[in-house]
Order: sequence, then C-alpha cells, then structure tokens
Amino acid sequence: MKNGRKKASTSAASKTALGKKEGKLLEVNDLKVSFFTPAGEVKAVGGISYDLNYGEVMGIVGESGSGKSVEAYSIMGLLQSPGKVVGGSIIFEGEDVLAKSKEEMTSFRGNKVSMIFQNPMTSLNPVYTVGNQLVEALRAHNKDISAAEAKKRAAEMLDMVGINNVEKRMKQYPHEFSGGMRQRVMIAMGLICNPKLLIADEPTTALDVTIQAQIIELMKELQQKTQMGIIFITHNLGVVAEICDKVSVMYAGRIVEKGSVNDIFYKPSHPYTVGLLRSMPRVDAQEYERLIPIEGTPVDMLNPPDGCPFAPRCESCMQICLKKMPPYVEMGDGHSSACWLRVQEKMKDKEAKNNG
Amino acid sequence: MAKYTLKRLGMAIITLLLVACITFLLMNTIPGSPWLTEKTPSQATIDALNEKYGLNEPEIVQLGKYFKNLFKGDMGVSLKMQKNRPVVDIILEMFPVSAKIGAIALLWAVLVGVPLGCIAAYNRGKWVDSLLRIVGTIGISMPSFVVASLLLTGLGGSDDSIFPTIFKASLGAKAYILPCFALGLYPMCYISRQARSSMLDALGQDYIKTARAKGLKNSAVIFKHALRNALIPVITYLGPQIAFTLCGGFVVETVFSVPGLGRYFIQSIQNRDYPLIMGTTVFLAAFIIFMNFFVDILYVVVDPRIKLEKGGE
Repeated sequence: MKNGRKKASTSAASKTALGKKEGKLLEVNDLKVSFFTPAGEVKAVGGISYDLNYGEVMGIVGESGSGKSVEAYSIMGLLQSPGKVVGGSIIFEGEDVLAKSKEEMTSFRGNKVSMIFQNPMTSLNPVYTVGNQLVEALRAHNKDISAAEAKKRAAEMLDMVGINNVEKRMKQYPHEFSGGMRQRVMIAMGLICNPKLLIADEPTTALDVTIQAQIIELMKELQQKTQMGIIFITHNLGVVAEICDKVSVMYAGRIVEKGSVNDIFYKPSHPYTVGLLRSMPRVDAQEYERLIPIEGTPVDMLNPPDGCPFAPRCESCMQICLKKMPPYVEMGDGHSSACWLRVQEKMKDKEAKNNG
Repeated sequence: MAKYTLKRLGMAIITLLLVACITFLLMNTIPGSPWLTEKTPSQATIDALNEKYGLNEPEIVQLGKYFKNLFKGDMGVSLKMQKNRPVVDIILEMFPVSAKIGAIALLWAVLVGVPLGCIAAYNRGKWVDSLLRIVGTIGISMPSFVVASLLLTGLGGSDDSIFPTIFKASLGAKAYILPCFALGLYPMCYISRQARSSMLDALGQDYIKTARAKGLKNSAVIFKHALRNALIPVITYLGPQIAFTLCGGFVVETVFSVPGLGRYFIQSIQNRDYPLIMGTTVFLAAFIIFMNFFVDILYVVVDPRIKLEKGGE
C-alpha cells in the first residue's frame, strides 16, 4: 500500500522542462487530531483533507481555536502531549509522515519542512547569537559541512532575507534585533536547508502593519526564488489575498470551504466564509460603515454537535444543519464547500436538468 | 566593567564596615566576658587582662582601633580559645578544612541536583517526577542536625570503618563522605527543585518549539537550549550558598567534630572571644559579598541580555 503510493507520487512529481517539480507535494487525508484532557477528548481537528502541489501557496484561514496550528504541528510531528493524531494520513512526497520513527522525524523537521512561528520576539533563544542558531539549523541536517562553510551559508541567508551588515549581525544576540528583523532571521533559519515546504504559523500577527507588509513581500519574493510550497496559517484575509494561490477556510476543526483565492473572495459559498469577508473593513466604503461581526461563539470542542458546527451561528440555518454534517459539494475547479445550502442547490439543479 | 567593579568595591567596603559595627554592638551587649571560667579569676587579674587587651577603653575607641588594625590586615589575637594566637592565623588554618568539605558538598549538590531537576521536569507528572519530589521535600524539610545525627547513628563507626564517626584529616577520603553528604543534602534538594521549575519554564518557551522545528535532537534541545536558560535562577541561589557552605556548616562540623571554621563561629560566641567573633563574622561577610559579585559576573557569561553597566561594552 505504502509502496504503491510512493510510486504513484514519484512519477507524478517528475520534473518539467523548467526544472520546477509538478504534482503533489503534500496530501492530507481525513486527518484527525484530538487532545486528551482530564475533561475529555477535545477533537481539535475533526477530519480534514487537502492537497498541496509543489511551489503552491495555500492559506489556512480560521478563527482562534479552529485547529489551524494543531493541524500544522501534526505535519511537523510537533504535537505536544496530550495531543495525538487519531486518524487519517499525511503523505509528503509520497512518504507517510505519521509512520516515521522519532529519529526519522528529527531529520525530516527543518530539512524537508520548516516552520516559522507567530511571535518572533520569543522564538529565538536569547542566550545564543543569531549566527550560532542559524549555523545550528544547517548543521543539524548537513553534518559534513565545515564550520566555516556553514557560517558562510548562514551569512548568505541573512543577506537574502534583507539583513544588512551581516558580519556584525551574525555575532549579535536576538535582543539586539527588532521584531521584524527577528522574523527575517526566523525565515532565514527556516529556509537554510532548502525545505520543500514552509509552514508559516501566523508569521505576521505579532508585527506592526508596515512590517507585516515587508515580511509578506519578502516571503513572496523568496517563494518565487526557491519554488517552495508554503502553508500560510493566518486569520488575516488581507494577507491571504496578497500571497496565496488557494485557501482553506477552517471552522471548529474542519475545512468548511476550500478553493482558489478568487473563488473564496468573489464566490464564497459557505456562510462562514461570507461572514468572514463581511467582517473585514472595506477600502471602497462610501461612508462610515460598521463592521459586521459573526454573532455568537464557536462550538465547544469537547462536545461537538452532530450537525454542522457553524449551524448555531448561521443566518440561514435549516433543520437538517443541526442534525447532520453536510458533505462537501464540488463548486467547480477545486472549489468545494460543506454546506447544506449548496447541497440543496445541487439537487434543484439536477431536478431542473431532469425535468428540462 | 572597571567602573562597575569599582562601584561594587566601594559598596562592599561600606557593607563590611556596617556588618562589623553591628556585630561589635551586639557582641558587647551580651553579658559575660572572656575571662569568666569555672574558676573565676580575681578582680585584679581581670582588670590586668582588660588593660592588656584594651577592653577597658570606651567601646567607640575599641571599635576605632579595630578598624584601624583591620585595614592593616590585623584582626587582633584570640583572647581565649587559642590564647594570643592571631585571628588571621586561626582563620587561615581553619578555613581550608571547611572549604574543602564545603566545596565537595556543593559540587555533589550541583552535579546531582541539576540533572535530577532536569529529569523531573522532562518527566513531569510521571512517577519519576513524583518520586524526586518526595525525596526533595524530605531533604529540604529535614534540618541538617537531624540528617547529620541520623547518618552518624545509622552508619558511623570507628576510625577503621567505612564511615568514621569522628572527622580526622589523616583518615583520608573516607572521613569526608558523611560530612560532605550531610552538608550537601539540603542544597542538592533545593537546587533540584529550583532546576525543575526553571527547566519546566524553559521547556515551555517558544524558542524550544523553534529548536524542535529545526530538527535538533532531543538532547540538543534540552541541554543546549533549555538548560542554559534554566540555570540562571540556580546561579542566583548558588552565590551566597557557596559562601555559607565553604565557611563551614556550623551544625555539621559540630556533629562530626570537624576542626573547621564553622565550629569557631559558635564557640567563639560562647567563649566571648571578641576578636575571634569579629574576625569570623567579617570574613564570612566579605566572602558573601565577593560571591554575590562573582554571581553577577557569571550572569553576564550565561545571559548575554544582562549588561553590568548602562550601555554595556
């Protein structure tokens, strides 16, 4: 089974003339993650599936507690007890990540997949120089490289992420860097081993707006240069529009809608996505407008409802929404949505077709 | 750095003078005198002795003279315990004995305490953690005289046995086992608890997540990234503790009859041996002040965020 998968993916991932790989980099199938707390099992991620192609940038959008980060940590194998993957599979370049041993995961992390975090102020170790931490990341996976070479490569990376005066900066400690600079260092550290996939867990949330724009610009530029895949976790739709090719919208541990950036922004088909878009301030507003929030609070993940988790907050909630989980409905080219409204529409279309 | 050192030196001298003044004051308020023994000497003898050692002068004059001599490195002579022997000589003879036992005790306390704390933190909530917590709590709540007495009655034997009851330097290494163990038990337990909590704190930090995400081995994550941050509170505790332990555990030295400085702290007071009281106290105070300074410097080595003066170097 595993071998079969491997073969299929490697042939799909054959190189094109441009030297750019095509095919699936990452496949997540029905991934389920639970936290076993004294109060009971919290189903943080309740069965999500998506694909990511080589060189593709996917945004995962959702509110706090929707399982965005937990899902990312499962790919990295960084889930901390009491969190556990309880079902599904994560296939990276044809290899099952969940089947890897601890040692294999250690050489996988930071090498094939890197991750950068939300808070650059605390993500670097305060007692080691920036150069030391960069070199360490490289030498963790590249054991033959000499100290001098590693240093040179670290300096190149810092230069690449737009840090000036690299020689001096290498010898400085994280507290001598500003927040934006530290996030640049984190990006340099994440990319130093040329990973195929970068997971960015709200990398701009803790930064001020002007710096946010710079970091997004930088990541876009680096993505074009290195052709890596990026999973961009955020709750900022503006950021998504800026950098992503496609978007998955998560709510209560499920992907409620996924599609290309255009589909999500112009043809949102899940009431939650609609609500998210409506709660964003508009630049083209004619006069002062109040933002429209999504009323209510997210469901209790300890006792998730039988039906659609968004139903209690949904304006167009129907009887069935409270009883049964909606299936995914294909809305066209990679755009799908889990909402009974869409199911209803599909059925009507079918009927109309049959009658006409 | 030089400016900082000078500032600290100035403060150290003032602190020492204060300590000396307070000790002198307290010492003189205790009733009794060095000359009172089972056979009380005649009043004439006492007067003559007071005259000889300058105890008949007003106290303020005595204190002034003491300071004058102190700056010349003269702490006076012992009045009673080792009659007429310079206090400096006594300290120099006794201190190495205490320091050796203290150093061994602290060494094992750190070498065992820190790893135990790390193990407990790493296995938080598991049985190892619970076991270490119980041991630690017992070690901290048991006064050292109980530990020392228990060891003595339980294990102590003659000079030929593995654990000799009475400390004699001539017995070699085995003489040190019991006193060093008794002296180091409390700091060991304290350090392990301190290390556990600061290690737990460090392990929860974001940079540990980063280190794991980089693909570092577990050992590198714990020993390189967490431990160095976790050691800072341990160092804080260690500074003054080194001074106390090296100058002799009063109780432990008494129980094991170690001829160290610790015993002299108490005996000099019991005997109203004024210069010796002053000498040992001033010496301990100076040592503690020095160790605090040393710890400050150590901070800079461990944590680059700390700069000893504004602007740093």
